[in-house]
Amino acid sequence: MPVRMMATPGPLRAGVGLKTEHYREILESEPAVGFFEVHAENYMGAGGPPHRYLEAIRSRYPVSLHGVGLSIGADRALDTHHLERLRTLCTRYEPLLFSEHLAWSSHEAGYLNDLLPVPYNEQTLDRVCEHVEQVQESLGRRMLLENPATYVSFLQSDIPETEFLAAIAARTGCGLLLDVNNVYVSAVNQGFDPLAYLVKFPVHAVGEVHLAGHAESHDDAGRRLLIDDHGSAVRQVVWKLYDFAIARLGPAPTLIEWDNELPDWQTLHAEAGRADLARWRAASPRTEDVADVAVAR
Amino acid sequence: MSPSLAEIQDEFVAALRDPGRPAPPDVLGPDRRPDARRFAVYRNNVVHGLVNALEARFPVTSRLVGTQFFRAMARAFVGFQLPRTPLLMNYGDEFPRFIADFAPAREVPYLADLARLERAWSQSFHAAEAIPLTVETLALRSSLDLAQCRLRLHPSLRLVRSPHPIATIWSSHQSAGEVTPPAAWEAEDVLVVRPHAEVRLHLLPHSGCEFVLALAAGNPVQDAAEAALAHDAEFDVGHHLVGLAGLGAIVSLEPAAEPAKLREKTS
Repeated sequence: MPVRMMATPGPLRAGVGLKTEHYREILESEPAVGFFEVHAENYMGAGGPPHRYLEAIRSRYPVSLHGVGLSIGADRALDTHHLERLRTLCTRYEPLLFSEHLAWSSHEAGYLNDLLPVPYNEQTLDRVCEHVEQVQESLGRRMLLENPATYVSFLQSDIPETEFLAAIAARTGCGLLLDVNNVYVSAVNQGFDPLAYLVKFPVHAVGEVHLAGHAESHDDAGRRLLIDDHGSAVRQVVWKLYDFAIARLGPAPTLIEWDNELPDWQTLHAEAGRADLARWRAASPRTEDVADVAVAR
Repeated sequence: MSPSLAEIQDEFVAALRDPGRPAPPDVLGPDRRPDARRFAVYRNNVVHGLVNALEARFPVTSRLVGTQFFRAMARAFVGFQLPRTPLLMNYGDEFPRFIADFAPAREVPYLADLARLERAWSQSFHAAEAIPLTVETLALRSSLDLAQCRLRLHPSLRLVRSPHPIATIWSSHQSAGEVTPPAAWEAEDVLVVRPHAEVRLHLLPHSGCEFVLALAAGNPVQDAAEAALAHDAEFDVGHHLVGLAGLGAIVSLEPAAEPAKLREKTS
């Protein structure tokens, strides 16, 4: 085990999305994991077991905060109470990274609990940049913005997603979170080439990579329709895209997300090991044999 | 003229909320044509995610009526009320009241109260931390002192009163397998508290519940005891105070009743 920890290049081993079902096993076995990521909103209660466990985990590992409810892509103003809750969490847990989505979820009608798509045009760009700047100012730190998994596009979109994200990063100084599974899901759903997307992606701004599983279905015309459900292992095609991405990116912090149909801890941990191996190979292709031996255990 | 971002989002939400409404015309599929099937993914995600959140918060309520019935009832609630904030741990505070008015659930008259108990449980689970007062510390006070004290109760404390044996029903559904019905169908007053890591449920006698309600309202021990005595002439205040401290329900004692009263009057 200690040999493996020393052998991995890059800033960190891959991280894993933290689930309540795995709290105890993680604390008892202290597995070699680079960091744990939590959905910020799940830790916004005043107290109780979620904070007790997260504190115990934070005392052993770096933690990153992933927000799902800030609604950065909404036209309406950001909820300052929610920003304040995020600030409190950042102060308490001193996360390695803070990320949110290029999406919206709040409206006068209420909180919609999904990452809804935005049209990519100048008007949205201005609004999103204002919101990102407001977030970075309130939190006093740089944030990462994640590319969404989308099922539709908008008639009003006239800027490609990669250019849209690059413009936000350039204007606000924020980093980007490249979700490789989202790239593939959107590519299949919208009919674009995921490799061409990755070639155009502004890699210099990437601060984190996400990997997850998706579900496969079909629309009424029989075309493939992928659903970003985080309910299975990372698909082979997404691992291939990941290899392609990290060859350009270098060993950026990488996270395995698995939120539904949760497997046991060993299975989830093995996915993180697979990401480590891919990053290791990307960083030092000649050590491939050693890597195989080390991971086989 | 092209619609604004606000107009696009208003239309998107209106179509999300009303399955009878067509998908927004500016939402396109891969062939650049309006695509209802793909828009339906969002419609489904919103409802499915919120129904799951309710199921996670009200697991025994769901077990009592079965998954299918529960999910239909939860979908109706989602249509009635969206969360006000992204804190899903608070979503469904109004669900018990919705259940009470939900005609198809009338055959299970205790369902709404059981949901109130589960709401209390999750509120207690997420409540602020506080170190409970020990029985030993309480014992250091003279009874004369104590009578004038107000108590700061634990922030995780909740009371749920029902004409039905809701805590007994709740407990019998905590493990999988066969459920035995309550031996007697009696009203239950339940105190929910999480002094440390675990939420605990305790049955209170009727007078004990009156006592805790009066304490929670900020009355000094003596006045709270009088409220309890009105329901039970045998009420033993010392016994109940030690009992509450033993449950970890008391955080601190605040003596000097007079200044507190003055503050109340002048504020």
